Amino acid sequence: MKRKCSCKRHIFCLGLFCFIYILFFKMLCGPGERYLPRKMAAQEVQPSETIAKLKLESETLKTKLEEERAKLHDVELHQVAEKVEPLGQFVMKTRRTLKGHGNKVLCMDWCKDKRRIVSSSQDGKVIVWDAFTTNKEHAVTMPCTWVMACAYAPSGCAVACGGLDNKCSVYPLSLDKNENLAAKKKSVAMHTNYLSACSFTNSDMQILTSSGDGTCALWDVESGQLLQSFHGHAADVLCLDLAPSETGNTFVSGGCDKKANVWDMRTGQCIQSFETHESDINSVRYYPSGDAFASGSDDATCRLYDLRADREVAIYSKESIIFGASSVDFSLSGRLLFGGYNDYTINVWDVLKGTRVAILFGHENRVSTLRVSPDGTAFCSGSWDHTLRVWA
Amino acid sequence: MLLKMSSKMSSSTNMANARRMVQQLRVEASIERIKVSKASADLMRYCGEHAKQDPLLMGIPASENPFKDKKPCTIL
Repeated sequence: MKRKCSCKRHIFCLGLFCFIYILFFKMLCGPGERYLPRKMAAQEVQPSETIAKLKLESETLKTKLEEERAKLHDVELHQVAEKVEPLGQFVMKTRRTLKGHGNKVLCMDWCKDKRRIVSSSQDGKVIVWDAFTTNKEHAVTMPCTWVMACAYAPSGCAVACGGLDNKCSVYPLSLDKNENLAAKKKSVAMHTNYLSACSFTNSDMQILTSSGDGTCALWDVESGQLLQSFHGHAADVLCLDLAPSETGNTFVSGGCDKKANVWDMRTGQCIQSFETHESDINSVRYYPSGDAFASGSDDATCRLYDLRADREVAIYSKESIIFGASSVDFSLSGRLLFGGYNDYTINVWDVLKGTRVAILFGHENRVSTLRVSPDGTAFCSGSWDHTLRVWA
Repeated sequence: MLLKMSSKMSSSTNMANARRMVQQLRVEASIERIKVSKASADLMRYCGEHAKQDPLLMGIPASENPFKDKKPCTIL
């Protein structure tokens, strides 16, 4: 009997083993991953098996999350609110109309002085208004169209804006009306897709942005440096809102993936995620206490999510409302929720009881943006009809 | 062999994604939650405490609201 040459076979097996070893080493020793050679050599695990295990674990965790959330769902908010006094009739009218934009108004923000407003539009113009007198105080023409985001700095001395240019730029506002604002422009944020929303944090020094590239980011205004980035949305992020200062360093974002995510600003970690909307989330806004937030979506509903109960606690919808909600904000006490819709109306909801208390007409095209003034005396809405209206 | 390598590379990205998702779900599953009844009661209490200071809710007189037009003086 011919004896097979064991040496050749041994060398072949050794070579094959080394090849697999090196292959695993190259694959798994990616950036940030620690590699334990002894463990890998012992297991010789195929990648597909581990993926299946991970998928199983994620399914189990998801079910567990649902169970935990369901356990605490002992009652509905509107049931608890039955004992609250119902609200009376509301008479809210347009008190000021701000005309001057040449195209659709896309975004607006109030200054902390409760009278100035910054607004941006599709034609690339950013205008600062005095809402009491309706005078235009400053105007800047951006180099891009569709300026989808604008924000007033807490000090009132600057405005930030951006849109299709994928950037967020800060313009210091000068008292000299003749000074060319565009000359002092500072580019702060750079994304790889359009800028959908921006907001200063508690100071003029940091800006939080959200973008069509699916990420949010925190930037230092002075240096333009990226301080933290937030990954987790699976599609365009359309909106964000910072938690009221008392409740700490978190913010909420909403996106085209129908998810609303709550983030820790320091670590970049997503701490809570809510996915009950049936379409893009256009607007998110914290409840004044910071314990909850509302969202407005293309599915024609607004919803309230409680952060401590970790679930949706109310839906604001009516069969007659079939157009998406583009923008939401709370009144000072949190009892009223104002929603601007794509059917040109503004619906006012009783947050606790879940009922609609008023419907406001006036705009001649979709309402794209809506904010309550810092002292709660009025709210301002911007629309595709080129105007902004202040209601009280 | 190149084909094998590239498919193994994409499976490693899938694995990284799967691992990230599991990590994220672990974080979300571990947070402490309270009952909806308690959360609702807190929301209601906040509304109640701040209702008086909410101009849009209570309606403040025209003289105090800079946006509302002041009524012309009846004497004139």
